[in-house]
Amino acid sequence: MLQVKNKFVKQLLGSFMDLLPIFAVIFIFQLFILRQPIPNITDIAVGTGFVVIGLTLFIQGLEKSLFPIGETMAYAFAKKGSLFWLLLFAFSLGFGTTAAEPALIAVADEAARIAAEGGLIDATDNAKNDYALGLRLTVAFSVGFAILLGVLRIIRGWPLHYLIIPGYIGVVTMTFFAPDAIIGIAYDSGGVTTSTITVPLVTALGVGLASAIRDRNPMTDGFGLIAFASLTPMIFVMAYGMIL
Amino acid sequence: MMLLNEIFATLLSTLRDVAPIIFVIIFFQLVVIRRPFSHFKNLVIGMIYVILGMTFFLVGLDKALFPLGTSMAEQLTSDDFIKPSTDQSLSIAWQDYYWVYIFGACIGFATTLAEPALIAVAIKAQQISGGAIKAWYLRIAVSIGVSVGISLGTYRIVSGIDLYLFIIAGYIIVILQTIFSPKLIIGLAYDSGGVTTSTVTVPLVTALGIGLASSIPGRNPLMDGFGLIAFASLFPIMAVLAYAQFADWISHRTQLKQLDRKGE
Repeated sequence: MLQVKNKFVKQLLGSFMDLLPIFAVIFIFQLFILRQPIPNITDIAVGTGFVVIGLTLFIQGLEKSLFPIGETMAYAFAKKGSLFWLLLFAFSLGFGTTAAEPALIAVADEAARIAAEGGLIDATDNAKNDYALGLRLTVAFSVGFAILLGVLRIIRGWPLHYLIIPGYIGVVTMTFFAPDAIIGIAYDSGGVTTSTITVPLVTALGVGLASAIRDRNPMTDGFGLIAFASLTPMIFVMAYGMIL
Repeated sequence: MMLLNEIFATLLSTLRDVAPIIFVIIFFQLVVIRRPFSHFKNLVIGMIYVILGMTFFLVGLDKALFPLGTSMAEQLTSDDFIKPSTDQSLSIAWQDYYWVYIFGACIGFATTLAEPALIAVAIKAQQISGGAIKAWYLRIAVSIGVSVGISLGTYRIVSGIDLYLFIIAGYIIVILQTIFSPKLIIGLAYDSGGVTTSTVTVPLVTALGIGLASSIPGRNPLMDGFGLIAFASLFPIMAVLAYAQFADWISHRTQLKQLDRKGE
Protein backbone atom coordinates (compact mmCIF):
# COMPACT_ATOMS: atom_id res chain seq x y z
CA MET A 1 0.00 0.00 0.00
CA LEU A 2 2.81 2.33 0.95
CA GLN A 3 4.49 1.65 -2.37
CA VAL A 4 1.34 2.47 -4.32
CA LYS A 5 1.02 5.65 -2.36
CA ASN A 6 4.60 6.53 -3.12
CA LYS A 7 4.06 5.90 -6.80
CA PHE A 8 1.06 8.18 -6.78
CA VAL A 9 2.99 10.92 -4.98
CA LYS A 10 5.85 10.49 -7.43
CA GLN A 11 3.44 10.81 -10.34
CA LEU A 12 1.90 13.91 -8.77
CA LEU A 13 5.33 15.49 -8.58
CA GLY A 14 6.01 14.46 -12.17
CA SER A 15 2.78 16.07 -13.34
CA PHE A 16 3.64 19.21 -11.42
CA MET A 17 7.01 19.36 -13.17
CA ASP A 18 5.30 18.85 -16.53
CA LEU A 19 3.11 21.86 -15.92
CA LEU A 20 5.74 24.11 -14.37
CA PRO A 21 7.02 25.53 -17.69
CA ILE A 22 3.55 26.82 -18.67
CA PHE A 23 3.16 28.67 -15.41
CA ALA A 24 6.68 30.01 -15.65
CA VAL A 25 6.00 31.39 -19.14
CA ILE A 26 2.64 32.91 -18.20
CA PHE A 27 3.92 34.50 -14.98
CA ILE A 28 7.10 35.87 -16.48
CA PHE A 29 5.24 37.45 -19.37
CA GLN A 30 2.52 38.82 -17.10
CA LEU A 31 4.87 40.31 -14.51
CA PHE A 32 7.86 41.42 -16.54
CA ILE A 33 6.73 41.98 -20.12
CA LEU A 34 3.17 43.17 -19.71
CA ARG A 35 3.96 44.46 -16.19
CA GLN A 36 0.65 43.62 -14.68
CA PRO A 37 -0.31 41.92 -11.43
CA ILE A 38 -1.57 38.36 -11.50
CA PRO A 39 -5.35 38.37 -11.05
CA ASN A 40 -7.39 35.82 -9.07
CA ILE A 41 -4.55 34.10 -7.25
CA THR A 42 -6.97 31.72 -5.51
CA ASP A 43 -8.55 30.64 -8.79
CA ILE A 44 -5.11 29.99 -10.22
CA ALA A 45 -4.00 28.01 -7.17
CA VAL A 46 -7.15 25.86 -7.18
CA GLY A 47 -6.94 25.40 -10.96
CA THR A 48 -3.30 24.38 -10.77
CA GLY A 49 -4.12 21.77 -8.16
CA PHE A 50 -6.85 20.42 -10.41
CA VAL A 51 -4.62 20.27 -13.47
CA VAL A 52 -1.91 18.39 -11.55
CA ILE A 53 -4.39 15.89 -10.08
CA GLY A 54 -6.13 15.50 -13.44
CA LEU A 55 -2.92 14.78 -15.35
CA THR A 56 -1.84 12.29 -12.68
CA LEU A 57 -5.15 10.42 -12.78
CA PHE A 58 -5.10 10.42 -16.58
CA ILE A 59 -1.65 8.87 -16.76
CA GLN A 60 -2.56 6.23 -14.16
CA GLY A 61 -5.72 5.40 -16.11
CA LEU A 62 -3.74 5.25 -19.34
CA GLU A 63 -1.60 2.36 -18.13
CA LYS A 64 -4.56 0.65 -16.46
CA SER A 65 -7.10 0.87 -19.27
CA LEU A 66 -6.46 2.65 -22.57
CA PHE A 67 -3.16 0.91 -23.38
CA PRO A 68 -4.31 -2.61 -22.35
CA ILE A 69 -7.64 -2.25 -24.20
CA GLY A 70 -5.94 -1.22 -27.43
CA GLU A 71 -3.36 -3.98 -27.18
CA THR A 72 -5.61 -6.88 -26.15
CA MET A 73 -8.10 -6.01 -28.86
CA ALA A 74 -5.29 -5.93 -31.41
CA TYR A 75 -4.17 -9.41 -30.27
CA ALA A 76 -7.73 -10.74 -30.32
CA PHE A 77 -8.31 -9.50 -33.86
CA ALA A 78 -4.97 -10.86 -35.04
CA LYS A 79 -5.83 -14.24 -33.55
CA LYS A 80 -9.28 -14.23 -35.08
CA GLY A 81 -7.70 -13.55 -38.46
CA SER A 82 -10.69 -11.77 -39.95
CA LEU A 83 -9.48 -8.81 -41.96
CA PHE A 84 -13.01 -7.54 -42.55
CA TRP A 85 -13.88 -7.14 -38.87
CA LEU A 86 -10.52 -5.65 -38.03
CA LEU A 87 -10.86 -3.03 -40.76
CA LEU A 88 -14.43 -2.30 -39.72
CA PHE A 89 -13.25 -1.86 -36.13
CA ALA A 90 -10.48 0.48 -37.28
CA PHE A 91 -12.92 2.57 -39.29
CA SER A 92 -15.52 2.73 -36.51
CA LEU A 93 -12.93 3.76 -33.96
CA GLY A 94 -11.69 6.59 -36.17
CA PHE A 95 -15.13 7.72 -37.29
CA GLY A 96 -16.82 7.39 -33.89
CA THR A 97 -14.19 9.24 -31.91
CA THR A 98 -13.87 12.09 -34.40
CA ALA A 99 -17.52 12.82 -35.14
CA ALA A 100 -18.11 13.85 -31.51
CA GLU A 101 -14.77 15.61 -30.98
CA PRO A 102 -15.44 19.06 -29.39
CA ALA A 103 -12.39 20.70 -30.99
CA LEU A 104 -13.67 19.64 -34.39
CA ILE A 105 -17.17 20.93 -33.68
CA ALA A 106 -15.67 24.32 -32.85
CA VAL A 107 -13.55 24.38 -36.01
CA ALA A 108 -16.49 23.30 -38.19
CA ASP A 109 -18.71 26.11 -36.87
CA GLU A 110 -15.92 28.60 -37.45
CA ALA A 111 -15.46 27.28 -40.97
CA ALA A 112 -19.18 27.65 -41.72
CA ARG A 113 -18.96 31.29 -40.66
CA ILE A 114 -16.03 31.89 -42.97
CA ALA A 115 -17.74 30.14 -45.83
CA ALA A 116 -20.84 32.29 -45.35
CA GLU A 117 -18.75 35.45 -45.22
CA GLY A 118 -16.84 34.44 -48.30
CA GLY A 119 -20.11 33.88 -50.16
CA LEU A 120 -19.49 30.15 -50.64
CA ILE A 121 -22.81 29.32 -48.99
CA ASP A 122 -25.92 31.29 -48.02
CA ALA A 123 -25.62 33.27 -44.80
CA THR A 124 -28.63 31.57 -43.23
CA ASP A 125 -28.36 29.48 -40.06
CA ASN A 126 -29.70 26.49 -41.91
CA ALA A 127 -27.08 26.60 -44.63
CA LYS A 128 -24.33 27.13 -42.04
CA ASN A 129 -25.46 24.21 -39.90
CA ASP A 130 -25.60 21.96 -42.94
CA TYR A 131 -22.15 23.06 -43.97
CA ALA A 132 -20.70 22.52 -40.48
CA LEU A 133 -22.29 19.10 -40.17
CA GLY A 134 -21.08 18.10 -43.62
CA LEU A 135 -17.59 19.19 -42.72
CA ARG A 136 -17.63 17.24 -39.46
CA LEU A 137 -18.82 14.09 -41.18
CA THR A 138 -16.17 14.56 -43.88
CA VAL A 139 -13.42 14.81 -41.29
CA ALA A 140 -14.82 11.90 -39.28
CA PHE A 141 -15.00 9.79 -42.44
CA SER A 142 -11.46 10.71 -43.39
CA VAL A 143 -10.12 9.78 -39.94
CA GLY A 144 -11.97 6.46 -40.10
CA PHE A 145 -10.45 5.88 -43.52
CA ALA A 146 -7.03 6.87 -42.16
CA ILE A 147 -7.10 4.36 -39.30
CA LEU A 148 -8.37 1.68 -41.70
CA LEU A 149 -5.57 2.40 -44.16
CA GLY A 150 -3.01 2.52 -41.35
CA VAL A 151 -4.12 -0.86 -40.01
CA LEU A 152 -4.01 -2.34 -43.51
CA ARG A 153 -0.48 -0.97 -43.86
CA ILE A 154 0.63 -2.66 -40.62
CA ILE A 155 -0.83 -5.99 -41.79
CA ARG A 156 0.72 -5.79 -45.24
CA GLY A 157 3.97 -4.33 -43.95
CA TRP A 158 4.12 -1.41 -46.39
CA PRO A 159 6.75 1.19 -45.50
CA LEU A 160 5.05 4.23 -43.97
CA HIS A 161 6.62 6.86 -46.18
CA TYR A 162 5.34 5.13 -49.35
CA LEU A 163 1.90 6.30 -48.24
CA ILE A 164 2.78 9.54 -46.46
CA ILE A 165 4.73 11.08 -49.35
CA PRO A 166 1.92 10.58 -51.91
CA GLY A 167 -0.36 12.01 -49.21
CA TYR A 168 1.80 15.14 -49.02
CA ILE A 169 1.75 15.42 -52.80
CA GLY A 170 -2.03 15.06 -52.64
CA VAL A 171 -2.29 17.89 -50.08
CA VAL A 172 -0.08 20.19 -52.16
CA THR A 173 -1.94 19.45 -55.39
CA MET A 174 -5.31 20.01 -53.77
CA THR A 175 -4.09 23.31 -52.33
CA PHE A 176 -3.86 24.77 -55.84
CA PHE A 177 -7.43 23.86 -56.68
CA ALA A 178 -9.26 24.38 -53.38
CA PRO A 179 -10.98 27.71 -52.60
CA ASP A 180 -8.69 30.02 -50.59
CA ALA A 181 -11.05 30.28 -47.64
CA ILE A 182 -10.91 26.58 -46.88
CA ILE A 183 -7.13 26.04 -47.03
CA GLY A 184 -6.30 27.29 -43.54
CA ILE A 185 -9.15 25.30 -42.02
CA ALA A 186 -8.21 22.19 -43.97
CA TYR A 187 -4.60 22.40 -42.77
CA ASP A 188 -5.67 22.94 -39.17
CA SER A 189 -8.27 20.18 -39.23
CA GLY A 190 -5.42 17.71 -39.61
CA GLY A 191 -4.10 18.71 -36.22
CA VAL A 192 -7.27 18.95 -34.19
CA THR A 193 -8.84 15.63 -35.05
CA THR A 194 -6.81 13.40 -32.79
CA SER A 195 -8.04 13.84 -29.25
CA THR A 196 -6.27 13.08 -26.01
CA ILE A 197 -8.25 9.90 -25.40
CA THR A 198 -8.09 8.60 -28.97
CA VAL A 199 -4.31 8.92 -29.32
CA PRO A 200 -3.28 6.40 -26.62
CA LEU A 201 -5.93 3.93 -27.74
CA VAL A 202 -4.97 4.10 -31.41
CA THR A 203 -1.26 3.98 -30.62
CA ALA A 204 -1.76 0.88 -28.48
CA LEU A 205 -3.83 -0.70 -31.26
CA GLY A 206 -1.08 -0.14 -33.84
CA VAL A 207 1.71 -1.29 -31.58
CA GLY A 208 -0.34 -4.31 -30.45
CA LEU A 209 -1.04 -5.35 -34.05
CA ALA A 210 2.59 -4.97 -35.04
CA SER A 211 3.65 -7.15 -32.10
CA ALA A 212 0.97 -9.77 -32.76
CA ILE A 213 1.77 -10.23 -36.44
CA ARG A 214 4.92 -12.14 -37.29
CA ASP A 215 7.72 -10.27 -39.09
CA ARG A 216 6.41 -6.89 -37.97
CA ASN A 217 8.44 -4.64 -35.73
CA PRO A 218 6.32 -2.66 -33.25
CA MET A 219 8.71 0.26 -33.52
CA THR A 220 8.86 0.61 -37.32
CA ASP A 221 5.39 -0.74 -38.14
CA GLY A 222 3.36 0.02 -35.03
CA PHE A 223 3.45 3.79 -35.20
CA GLY A 224 1.98 5.82 -38.01
CA LEU A 225 -1.77 5.56 -37.42
CA ILE A 226 -1.94 9.07 -35.96
CA ALA A 227 0.11 10.36 -38.88
CA PHE A 228 -2.55 9.15 -41.33
CA ALA A 229 -5.29 10.56 -39.13
CA SER A 230 -3.72 14.00 -39.35
CA LEU A 231 -3.04 13.81 -43.09
CA THR A 232 -6.26 12.53 -44.67
CA PRO A 233 -8.56 15.21 -43.16
CA MET A 234 -6.56 17.89 -45.00
CA ILE A 235 -7.18 16.21 -48.35
CA PHE A 236 -10.83 15.40 -47.66
CA VAL A 237 -11.67 18.85 -46.30
CA MET A 238 -10.17 20.55 -49.36
CA ALA A 239 -12.16 18.16 -51.55
CA TYR A 240 -15.28 19.10 -49.55
CA GLY A 241 -14.55 22.78 -50.17
CA MET A 242 -14.14 22.15 -53.89
CA ILE A 243 -17.31 20.14 -54.33
CA LEU A 244 -19.54 22.64 -52.50
CA MET B 1 -20.99 25.74 -5.63
CA MET B 2 -19.99 27.36 -8.93
CA LEU B 3 -16.94 25.14 -8.98
CA LEU B 4 -19.04 22.02 -8.42
CA ASN B 5 -21.30 23.00 -11.29
CA GLU B 6 -18.33 23.52 -13.52
CA ILE B 7 -16.83 20.16 -12.62
CA PHE B 8 -20.15 18.48 -13.26
CA ALA B 9 -20.62 20.14 -16.65
CA THR B 10 -17.09 19.21 -17.73
CA LEU B 11 -17.61 15.67 -16.49
CA LEU B 12 -20.73 15.38 -18.61
CA SER B 13 -19.01 16.66 -21.73
CA THR B 14 -16.04 14.34 -21.15
CA LEU B 15 -18.45 11.43 -20.77
CA ARG B 16 -20.16 12.41 -24.02
CA ASP B 17 -16.74 12.55 -25.60
CA VAL B 18 -15.76 9.09 -24.40
CA ALA B 19 -19.15 7.46 -25.03
CA PRO B 20 -18.61 6.65 -28.73
CA ILE B 21 -15.19 5.13 -27.95
CA ILE B 22 -16.62 2.93 -25.21
CA PHE B 23 -19.55 1.99 -27.40
CA VAL B 24 -17.30 0.89 -30.30
CA ILE B 25 -15.04 -1.09 -27.98
CA ILE B 26 -17.87 -2.89 -26.19
CA PHE B 27 -19.69 -3.65 -29.43
CA PHE B 28 -16.66 -5.25 -31.08
CA GLN B 29 -15.57 -7.07 -27.93
CA LEU B 30 -18.99 -8.64 -27.36
CA VAL B 31 -20.29 -9.09 -30.90
CA VAL B 32 -17.15 -9.81 -32.90
CA ILE B 33 -14.47 -11.07 -30.52
CA ARG B 34 -17.15 -12.66 -28.32
CA ARG B 35 -15.11 -12.93 -25.20
CA PRO B 36 -15.44 -11.16 -21.87
CA PHE B 37 -12.82 -8.52 -21.17
CA SER B 38 -9.85 -9.80 -19.23
CA HIS B 39 -9.06 -7.84 -16.05
CA PHE B 40 -12.45 -6.20 -16.40
CA LYS B 41 -12.30 -4.55 -12.99
CA ASN B 42 -8.95 -2.95 -13.76
CA LEU B 43 -10.20 -1.62 -17.08
CA VAL B 44 -13.23 -0.02 -15.48
CA ILE B 45 -11.15 1.57 -12.72
CA GLY B 46 -8.65 2.78 -15.30
CA MET B 47 -11.40 4.25 -17.45
CA ILE B 48 -12.81 6.08 -14.44
CA TYR B 49 -9.33 7.47 -13.79
CA VAL B 50 -9.08 8.64 -17.40
CA ILE B 51 -12.49 10.33 -17.33
CA LEU B 52 -11.98 11.96 -13.93
CA GLY B 53 -8.44 12.91 -14.91
CA MET B 54 -9.57 14.63 -18.10
CA THR B 55 -12.35 16.40 -16.19
CA PHE B 56 -10.07 17.83 -13.51
CA PHE B 57 -7.44 18.66 -16.10
CA LEU B 58 -9.91 20.64 -18.22
CA VAL B 59 -11.57 22.42 -15.30
CA GLY B 60 -8.15 23.31 -13.92
CA LEU B 61 -6.95 24.67 -17.26
CA ASP B 62 -10.11 26.74 -17.51
CA LYS B 63 -9.55 28.16 -14.07
CA ALA B 64 -5.82 28.67 -13.97
CA LEU B 65 -4.46 29.03 -17.45
CA PHE B 66 -6.81 29.82 -20.25
CA PRO B 67 -8.22 33.15 -19.00
CA LEU B 68 -4.79 34.56 -18.29
CA GLY B 69 -3.16 32.95 -21.32
CA THR B 70 -5.74 34.13 -23.82
CA SER B 71 -5.92 37.67 -22.42
CA MET B 72 -2.14 37.74 -22.53
CA ALA B 73 -2.17 36.69 -26.19
CA GLU B 74 -4.64 39.51 -26.91
CA GLN B 75 -2.60 42.11 -25.04
CA LEU B 76 0.70 41.11 -26.62
CA THR B 77 -0.78 41.45 -30.08
CA SER B 78 -2.62 44.74 -29.47
CA ASP B 79 -1.39 48.05 -30.87
CA ASP B 80 -1.05 49.54 -27.38
CA PHE B 81 1.65 47.05 -26.58
CA ILE B 82 3.31 46.78 -29.99
CA LYS B 83 3.47 50.54 -30.67
CA PRO B 84 4.08 50.08 -34.38
CA SER B 85 7.14 51.92 -35.68
CA THR B 86 5.66 52.47 -39.11
CA ASP B 87 2.35 53.70 -40.42
CA GLN B 88 0.62 50.34 -40.61
CA SER B 89 -1.66 51.33 -43.44
CA LEU B 90 1.44 51.68 -45.62
CA SER B 91 3.76 48.95 -44.45
CA ILE B 92 4.10 46.61 -41.52
CA ALA B 93 7.46 46.21 -39.86
CA TRP B 94 7.63 42.58 -38.86
CA GLN B 95 10.36 43.33 -36.31
CA ASP B 96 7.87 45.24 -34.15
CA TYR B 97 6.22 42.00 -33.22
CA TYR B 98 9.26 40.33 -31.70
CA TRP B 99 7.54 39.75 -28.32
CA VAL B 100 4.82 37.84 -30.13
CA TYR B 101 7.36 35.48 -31.70
CA ILE B 102 9.09 34.99 -28.35
CA PHE B 103 5.80 34.38 -26.56
CA GLY B 104 4.71 31.97 -29.31
CA ALA B 105 7.94 30.01 -28.97
CA CYS B 106 7.79 29.88 -25.16
CA ILE B 107 4.11 29.00 -24.89
CA GLY B 108 4.37 26.43 -27.69
CA PHE B 109 7.26 24.73 -25.91
CA ALA B 110 5.64 24.81 -22.48
CA THR B 111 2.16 23.64 -23.48
CA THR B 112 3.50 20.79 -25.61
CA LEU B 113 5.53 19.51 -22.69
CA ALA B 114 2.28 19.20 -20.71
CA GLU B 115 0.21 17.67 -23.51
CA PRO B 116 -1.24 14.39 -22.16
CA ALA B 117 -1.49 12.72 -25.58
CA LEU B 118 2.20 13.33 -26.19
CA ILE B 119 3.08 11.96 -22.75
CA ALA B 120 1.13 8.81 -23.67
CA VAL B 121 2.91 8.30 -26.98
CA ALA B 122 6.29 9.01 -25.40
CA ILE B 123 5.68 6.43 -22.65
CA LYS B 124 4.71 3.85 -25.28
CA ALA B 125 7.73 4.63 -27.45
CA GLN B 126 10.07 4.23 -24.49
CA GLN B 127 8.47 0.89 -23.57
CA ILE B 128 8.68 -0.54 -27.07
CA SER B 129 12.14 0.67 -27.93
CA GLY B 130 13.40 -0.91 -24.71
CA GLY B 131 14.58 2.49 -23.51
CA ALA B 132 16.54 3.33 -26.66
CA ILE B 133 14.16 6.23 -27.11
CA LYS B 134 13.83 8.25 -23.94
CA ALA B 135 10.31 9.58 -23.32
CA TRP B 136 11.73 12.79 -21.92
CA TYR B 137 14.05 13.48 -24.89
CA LEU B 138 11.26 12.74 -27.33
CA ARG B 139 8.97 15.21 -25.58
CA ILE B 140 11.68 17.86 -25.56
CA ALA B 141 12.32 17.33 -29.29
CA VAL B 142 8.61 17.63 -30.08
CA SER B 143 8.30 20.73 -27.89
CA ILE B 144 11.18 22.39 -29.68
CA GLY B 145 9.46 21.59 -32.96
CA VAL B 146 6.19 23.16 -31.82
CA SER B 147 8.01 26.17 -30.45
CA VAL B 148 9.76 26.85 -33.77
CA GLY B 149 6.52 26.13 -35.62
CA ILE B 150 4.40 28.58 -33.62
CA SER B 151 6.90 31.35 -33.76
CA LEU B 152 7.34 30.94 -37.52
CA GLY B 153 3.56 30.74 -37.85
CA THR B 154 3.09 34.05 -36.05
CA TYR B 155 5.74 35.58 -38.29
CA ARG B 156 3.76 34.33 -41.26
CA ILE B 157 0.61 36.04 -40.02
CA VAL B 158 2.51 39.31 -39.53
CA SER B 159 4.29 39.17 -42.87
CA GLY B 160 1.27 37.89 -44.76
CA ILE B 161 3.21 35.27 -46.71
CA ASP B 162 0.94 32.52 -48.03
CA LEU B 163 0.47 29.57 -45.72
CA TYR B 164 0.91 26.93 -48.37
CA LEU B 165 4.41 28.12 -49.30
CA PHE B 166 5.62 27.27 -45.80
CA ILE B 167 3.75 24.00 -45.74
CA ILE B 168 5.15 22.89 -49.10
CA ALA B 169 8.68 23.84 -48.06
CA GLY B 170 8.12 21.95 -44.79
CA TYR B 171 6.95 18.84 -46.64
CA ILE B 172 10.02 18.90 -48.87
CA ILE B 173 12.30 19.09 -45.84
CA VAL B 174 10.42 16.26 -44.12
CA ILE B 175 10.72 14.05 -47.21
CA LEU B 176 14.46 14.74 -47.49
CA GLN B 177 14.94 14.01 -43.80
CA THR B 178 12.95 10.78 -44.15
CA ILE B 179 15.40 9.54 -46.76
CA PHE B 180 18.36 10.05 -44.44
CA SER B 181 16.78 9.11 -41.10
CA PRO B 182 17.04 5.77 -39.29
CA LYS B 183 14.00 3.71 -40.34
CA LEU B 184 13.10 2.96 -36.73
CA ILE B 185 12.06 6.51 -35.90
CA ILE B 186 10.01 7.44 -38.97
CA GLY B 187 6.60 6.22 -37.77
CA LEU B 188 7.05 7.82 -34.39
CA ALA B 189 8.21 11.08 -35.93
CA TYR B 190 5.20 11.31 -38.25
CA ASP B 191 2.89 10.47 -35.35
CA SER B 192 4.34 13.15 -33.15
CA GLY B 193 3.02 15.74 -35.58
CA GLY B 194 -0.56 14.78 -34.82
CA VAL B 195 -0.35 14.36 -31.07
CA THR B 196 1.13 17.71 -30.19
CA THR B 197 -1.91 19.79 -30.79
CA SER B 198 -4.72 18.99 -28.46
CA THR B 199 -6.10 19.94 -25.09
CA VAL B 200 -3.55 22.45 -23.82
CA THR B 201 -1.97 23.90 -26.93
CA VAL B 202 -4.93 24.55 -29.22
CA PRO B 203 -6.91 27.11 -27.16
CA LEU B 204 -3.88 29.26 -26.34
CA VAL B 205 -2.41 29.10 -29.83
CA THR B 206 -5.75 29.87 -31.46
CA ALA B 207 -6.14 32.94 -29.24
CA LEU B 208 -2.69 34.09 -30.28
CA GLY B 209 -3.39 33.60 -33.99
CA ILE B 210 -6.78 35.30 -33.94
CA GLY B 211 -5.53 38.17 -31.75
CA LEU B 212 -2.62 38.76 -34.08
CA ALA B 213 -4.69 38.59 -37.24
CA SER B 214 -7.26 41.04 -35.85
CA SER B 215 -4.71 43.65 -34.75
CA ILE B 216 -2.83 43.85 -38.05
CA PRO B 217 -4.56 45.85 -40.78
CA GLY B 218 -5.15 43.87 -43.93
CA ARG B 219 -5.30 40.51 -42.14
CA ASN B 220 -8.58 38.72 -41.81
CA PRO B 221 -8.85 37.01 -38.40
CA LEU B 222 -11.13 34.39 -39.82
CA MET B 223 -8.77 33.46 -42.62
CA ASP B 224 -5.29 34.28 -41.34
CA GLY B 225 -5.98 33.25 -37.76
CA PHE B 226 -6.01 29.66 -38.90
CA GLY B 227 -2.85 27.86 -39.87
CA LEU B 228 -0.90 27.98 -36.62
CA ILE B 229 -2.03 24.48 -35.73
CA ALA B 230 -0.75 23.30 -39.12
CA PHE B 231 2.68 24.72 -38.26
CA ALA B 232 2.54 23.11 -34.84
CA SER B 233 1.87 19.73 -36.42
CA LEU B 234 4.51 19.97 -39.13
CA PHE B 235 7.59 21.15 -37.26
CA PRO B 236 7.65 18.40 -34.59
CA ILE B 237 8.10 15.86 -37.41
CA MET B 238 11.26 17.67 -38.49
CA ALA B 239 12.43 18.04 -34.90
CA VAL B 240 12.01 14.34 -34.08
CA LEU B 241 13.68 13.25 -37.33
CA ALA B 242 16.53 15.65 -36.60
CA TYR B 243 16.83 14.28 -33.07
CA ALA B 244 17.05 10.74 -34.45
CA GLN B 245 19.64 11.73 -37.02
CA PHE B 246 21.66 13.49 -34.34
CA ALA B 247 21.48 10.50 -31.96
CA ASP B 248 22.45 8.23 -34.85
CA TRP B 249 25.38 10.43 -35.77
CA ILE B 250 26.63 10.54 -32.16
CA SER B 251 26.49 6.76 -31.75
CA HIS B 252 28.10 6.31 -35.16
CA ARG B 253 30.93 8.63 -34.18
CA THR B 254 31.59 6.92 -30.86
CA GLN B 255 31.62 3.59 -32.67
CA LEU B 256 34.18 4.91 -35.15
CA LYS B 257 36.30 6.22 -32.30
CA GLN B 258 36.18 2.86 -30.57
CA LEU B 259 37.22 1.17 -33.80
CA ASP B 260 40.09 3.64 -34.11
CA ARG B 261 41.28 2.79 -30.64
CA LYS B 262 41.12 -0.91 -31.36
CA GLY B 263 43.11 -0.29 -34.53
CA GLU B 264 45.94 1.33 -32.63
